[in-house]
Amino acid sequence: MLLTHDSVPVVDPAAADGFFNLLWLIIALPAFGAAVLLLLGNRRSTGYGHWLGTATVAGSFLLSLVAFFQLLGRDADDRQIASSLWTWFETPMVHVEFGLLYDQLSALFLLLITGVGLLIHIYSIGYMEHDPRRSRFFAYLNLFIAAMLVLVMSDNYLGVFLGWEGVGLASYLLIGFWQHKTSAAVAAKKAFVVNRVGDIGMALGTALLIAAFGSVAFSDVSHQIGDASQTTINWLGLLFLLAACGKSAQVPLQSWLLDAMEGPTPVSALIHAATMVTAGVYLVVRSNFIYENSEVAQTAVVIVAVVTLLWGAIIGCAKDDIKKALAGSTMSQIGYMMLAAGLGVAGYAFAIMHLIAHGFFKANMFLGAGSVMHAMDDDVNMRHYGALQKVIPVTFATFAMGYLAIIGFPGFSGFWSKDKIIEVAFDENTLVGLLAMLGAGITGFYMTRLMLMTFFTEKRWEKGVHPHESPKVMTWPLIILAALSVLGGVMLLGDWIVEWLEPVVGVHAHHDPKIPPVLMSVIVVAIVAVGVTIAWLTIGKKPVPRQAPTDVSLFTKAARADLGGDAFNEAVLMRPGDTLVKGLVFVDEKLIDGAVEGSAAASGAGSVMLRRLQNGYVRSYALTLLGGVVLVVLALLAVNLT
Amino acid sequence: MNDFPWLSLVLLLPILGGVIVAFLPRVPGSALPKQVALGVSLLTLLVALGIAVGFSPKGEAKQFTELHTWIGAFGAHYSLGLDGIGLVMLLLATILTPLVILASWNDAEPKANADASQPRFSVNAFFAWMLVLEGLSIGVFLATDVLLFYVLFEATLIPIYFLIGGFGGANRSRAALKFLLYNLFGGLMMLAAVVALYVYSADKGGPTYLLSELSGMDFGTNPERWMFVGFFIAFAIKAPMFPLHTWLPGAAESATPGTAVLMVSVLDKVGTFGMIRFCLELFPEASEWATPVVLTLAVISIVYGALAAIGQRNMMRLIAFTSVSHFGFIVMGIFVANSLGTSGSMLYMFNHGLSTAVLFLVAGFLISRRDSQLIEDYGGVEKVAPMMAAVFLIGGLSTLSLPGLSPFVSEFMVLAGAFAFNHWVAIASVIAIVLAALYILLMYQRMMTGPTKPATEGMADLNLREIAVVAPLVALIIGLGFFPQVLLGVINPAVERTLEHAGQTDPVPTVQADEEAAQ
Repeated sequence: MLLTHDSVPVVDPAAADGFFNLLWLIIALPAFGAAVLLLLGNRRSTGYGHWLGTATVAGSFLLSLVAFFQLLGRDADDRQIASSLWTWFETPMVHVEFGLLYDQLSALFLLLITGVGLLIHIYSIGYMEHDPRRSRFFAYLNLFIAAMLVLVMSDNYLGVFLGWEGVGLASYLLIGFWQHKTSAAVAAKKAFVVNRVGDIGMALGTALLIAAFGSVAFSDVSHQIGDASQTTINWLGLLFLLAACGKSAQVPLQSWLLDAMEGPTPVSALIHAATMVTAGVYLVVRSNFIYENSEVAQTAVVIVAVVTLLWGAIIGCAKDDIKKALAGSTMSQIGYMMLAAGLGVAGYAFAIMHLIAHGFFKANMFLGAGSVMHAMDDDVNMRHYGALQKVIPVTFATFAMGYLAIIGFPGFSGFWSKDKIIEVAFDENTLVGLLAMLGAGITGFYMTRLMLMTFFTEKRWEKGVHPHESPKVMTWPLIILAALSVLGGVMLLGDWIVEWLEPVVGVHAHHDPKIPPVLMSVIVVAIVAVGVTIAWLTIGKKPVPRQAPTDVSLFTKAARADLGGDAFNEAVLMRPGDTLVKGLVFVDEKLIDGAVEGSAAASGAGSVMLRRLQNGYVRSYALTLLGGVVLVVLALLAVNLT
Repeated sequence: MNDFPWLSLVLLLPILGGVIVAFLPRVPGSALPKQVALGVSLLTLLVALGIAVGFSPKGEAKQFTELHTWIGAFGAHYSLGLDGIGLVMLLLATILTPLVILASWNDAEPKANADASQPRFSVNAFFAWMLVLEGLSIGVFLATDVLLFYVLFEATLIPIYFLIGGFGGANRSRAALKFLLYNLFGGLMMLAAVVALYVYSADKGGPTYLLSELSGMDFGTNPERWMFVGFFIAFAIKAPMFPLHTWLPGAAESATPGTAVLMVSVLDKVGTFGMIRFCLELFPEASEWATPVVLTLAVISIVYGALAAIGQRNMMRLIAFTSVSHFGFIVMGIFVANSLGTSGSMLYMFNHGLSTAVLFLVAGFLISRRDSQLIEDYGGVEKVAPMMAAVFLIGGLSTLSLPGLSPFVSEFMVLAGAFAFNHWVAIASVIAIVLAALYILLMYQRMMTGPTKPATEGMADLNLREIAVVAPLVALIIGLGFFPQVLLGVINPAVERTLEHAGQTDPVPTVQADEEAAQ
């Protein structure tokens, strides 16, 4: 799968000048917001916490916009800017700088993070209005934004690691935001621990960088990668893939994402759909100079991606919880991005394009789901929904835009980005292409199922539920995100995003695709249509039972149980681990301790001392010490002097 | 002012303060002994900060040196000197002591319900012993004479023994005794080596205990190895390493939280400090010889301590086991003997002191409210005492080495240093980052989240005194997470000197090495 071995660009930024000296401010603003709100505490900042939190992100968004246009104004080969802040740490073996890298790739992420982030902050003002800890919520959101910005702006792997765990912390705090619920606390812990498994890859990968290159900076590594041994490069690729699997919920580290839906819905939209979970894709694309040089690692990325895109899609088909269905979909869509990233130079730009488009339409749908829950007294079970399209028309209309975008309805953003990925996949490997197509069909099915169960079919509401449209502060972000979901495809106008990212990810030599693009689009749309039709026939045409039917196929049962992800962890890791820990504590207290104590007590002097001291003759301690010391001194002197 | 004995001052100030506190009138309920103790410890901190300001990182190896003949016949001197490593430990001891005194304000008061945990001695004695312990620990970090080091090293047992045995919980006598037996045993091992040093140096022309004269001396392969083993066992007991760690959990459980902090955060560091100062510097060849065994034990400690921590039901024991794991990392970094790993270890010693102090002290605040060390007795604390829970979480996150908090940089340096030394060492220990997340977050989940339990209902949040205790620690943990170079700047030269002296060179990046080999 090695494509353009020679043309991998290096990271070679120019020193920041003019406006770019203020890049740090983009991170500092939300960090400041978080610090102020956390230090003041929730109670003292209740009145204005949400405004402060939103204002800092708005500031970052404006700065990101200005920076983006400044970057646009520069020559295409002069769009990498470095800004060194201070020396984080150094020893003779390595020097790690606290430095920022602003280039075409980070510029896009900055806009996505601060833009979608701002909309979600605004939405949260309404969504969290009645929560007594709203100000704390905004503190955590700001913390998240700051950490995510560090992740995509750092000019070295250790800085990425800092942001990486920073967003993990924010995710932990926000999944467990309603801590009094044990389920939320458990889900938060699970997310953190599973992510830490991925962090093994991050830690060892970064350590390997130091051992191999004596540096963790992108520029140094990209310059010297050609001199490294193939084994080193392969391991780097695999270790960073492990890290990406954790953060981006890719198989086999996917199990935390569904539980993460315990968090408030804006969190699911921002962290567990639009931004944080795409960090793994960022890492792979940013490390293109590693993956381009390792066929092994690229193949591994593709395998993980294909398995996950089907895995998530299948889970999405069986979930009755609207948020969990969307979470399965997120896994699957990130699988598409990873697939594109694993395909190398031909795919990087489309990975990023799909990432951004997904950021729009998935944030849109999660916030829409939040709006539905708002209407339904926080019920998440779609079997209790139905016929909501007239009751909450704005939510419905905006959600529908997201729906059309994700299934790839012609013209909508997802159509452009997913089509391109399937196209590139076909060029590389027919089987991969076919599986990616299959995934598109399943997407059509589960999303239609979700739409039908929520907005169409008959009313199945719980007693006493009176759905109502959400306030404007919540619907406006929906409307904007819906518009972006529709229009996201403009990124591809004149191949803009491909050319924009070329200096970062390399130039893909053009050649004729196996199947003409137009024909490919027609085939994909047809497959999606099949999925949609099956959903229409099986769900739309029949009454939806209020209780999930139990006499279902083995396949459905497996999908409901997340394809056995948790069962596997339980059987292979948790239960043996528990036994190991219990056994070890027993051994420690009874055997190891006992052995040492026993041998001490067995010796005559020991037991005398033991009894004396236990009886409280404290003074005898001094005597014992002195006596012992004198004896040993004499003995040793005697031995050595003769 | 250059000849002023600053080091003696910072060493003797707390000891004299301790004596004064001991002889203050014993008036029940009087705050005077506490206030004097706090004042003395703050004054000591000021002196230490003054020394830090006067210390020049690029200057002489040992600064502020003092040298007086002590026992001429043995070649023993009252010899003090400060290098970057000692300075960092001096700062750790002097920063933590006043905070611990403030945190322990009411821990030595006679209890209303007299039971097995009734203090055996007066309030004066408690704070006096704390100050004495501070002074002796400082002495250990400053001594540049082996016999002086040995005497101070052994002497530190006395205050800890009384602090645990006199003021601890129900099982204090047993725990104090166990602590004493273990450490005496280690002390005797070291004594044998100390005596041997005398013998061999006498052979070489004149008995001496001065580090400056001993280091670089050739003792012959076998004697060097035996002496190394003697020192190492003593240090491995002190910085509890598997399988010599079993005294620690009991001691931590039975001590007052303040005592536990001084014991684990400061005193146990003498073990790892000794490993670099004595094992590596005096016996470089034997250290290299023992490295495979030491690293194996370190890796076992790391994983074993973490696993055992997960299984604990008592929070003090749990925190103690996390330290077994972290001391494993510190030892690992010292013995991989490259600038990254060893400097990382020295930094780790400081950072571990901070994070463990936060955990022990907040645990202490909880215990002082509900009189239980059992994790299962707490639940939902976050709801009633959010600040307490937040600080506990920060301590926990720094214990699990979250990037952005100070222990991360040191743990990563050790891990990367170990990787450069031999990647299997790093790979074998890296699982600890997952286990650490488990032991910390499981404890946090059980104690702080979920519905409030009857025992935690109406629990008061941190009071002003408690905030004053934890605020500086939290500030340091966050500040040093981003600016660790402040400490590394003084640590690096000392570590480089030690490694150079031990004949250790840093590994060259493999890319460079390959290129050079090709040429």
